[in-house]
Amino acid sequence: MQVDLRILRYDPERDAGPHWVSYSVEAEPIDRVLDLLHRVKYKVDGSLTFRRSCGHGVCGSDAMLINGRNRLACKIRVEQLGRRRISVAPLPGLPVIKDLVVDMDGFFAKYRSVQPFLITAGPPPTRERRQSPEERARYDDTTKCILCAACTSSCPSFWAQPDYVGPAAIVQAHRFIFDSRDEGADERLEILADQDGVWRCRTIFNCTDACPRGIEVTRAILEVSAAIVERQA
Amino acid sequence: MLIRYRGQEGMLAWAFHRISGVAIWVFVIFHIVDIFLSGANPSAYDTVLQIYASPIGRIGETLLGAALLYHALNGLRIIVMDFWPVFTRYHRQLWYLNWALFMIVGLPVAFVILKPIFAV
Repeated sequence: MQVDLRILRYDPERDAGPHWVSYSVEAEPIDRVLDLLHRVKYKVDGSLTFRRSCGHGVCGSDAMLINGRNRLACKIRVEQLGRRRISVAPLPGLPVIKDLVVDMDGFFAKYRSVQPFLITAGPPPTRERRQSPEERARYDDTTKCILCAACTSSCPSFWAQPDYVGPAAIVQAHRFIFDSRDEGADERLEILADQDGVWRCRTIFNCTDACPRGIEVTRAILEVSAAIVERQA
Repeated sequence: MLIRYRGQEGMLAWAFHRISGVAIWVFVIFHIVDIFLSGANPSAYDTVLQIYASPIGRIGETLLGAALLYHALNGLRIIVMDFWPVFTRYHRQLWYLNWALFMIVGLPVAFVILKPIFAV
């Protein structure tokens, strides 16, 4: 079948601003949007620019705004979108570099700001750091994040206040705050108690809906908020 | 982007919460002014009360009641999720419950407010 693929294109060296370009693309219902983008790039216009790496929903490179919602182009099939007109735009709220490629520097700076690594005191143990299945389960959901930025860039609080640390960074903080082996929870909770930390969340759930890994992002944010309150009580 | 992004129930719940919150804030400003008039200019206050009792005023009061009720119910929904994050899993169901309560409480109240418009 023929699909009308509309792409929001922008070349800073040639265009005054982003503009929609339509492509009529032959597609099967089980084709993914990434396949359609490849078809355009390989056969119609080689200048079309987008990120993708693994192409199988693991690396998180190809998050984009597809039919008005943030999704991974490699995980969403034509049949799931339910219509023959498909629009593809870069992730909202992030500076566009070219076509569907956005500047992720600010996003990763926020990720680093929550210290997303194991913090421990004292010498490392001679054997592994042991953890019960229950302790591991406490933060299992937030280990699944692939840093695709679909959540952060779907958040109206982030659109309104780009300094907001954003759902993805809070998810990464949650992964360590609730890890029984980690001893850096106080530092991270202090960082996230900032005015641009967790309190900017308005429980809108766009992040949870957008997450291609099915992480309960809003729940993670609220659990971190509760941990901050308990710590200060 | 607020219009372009196709958010689902959570985004709608938040958008209505914001709109109703701003509407309540606007009314509170009016309310401060009209209460001020009761002392500063009683005849102007009587005129304002007549406007409130007019059909347009009653429709406005019905909308105000709707805004207050929605804002209160959705505020409780958010408080529930704040205290017990596990309820985020059921945020859609809580929102639909809000609308059910909104109708159960709101329709009789709207009827009482609007009834005089239709009285002969």
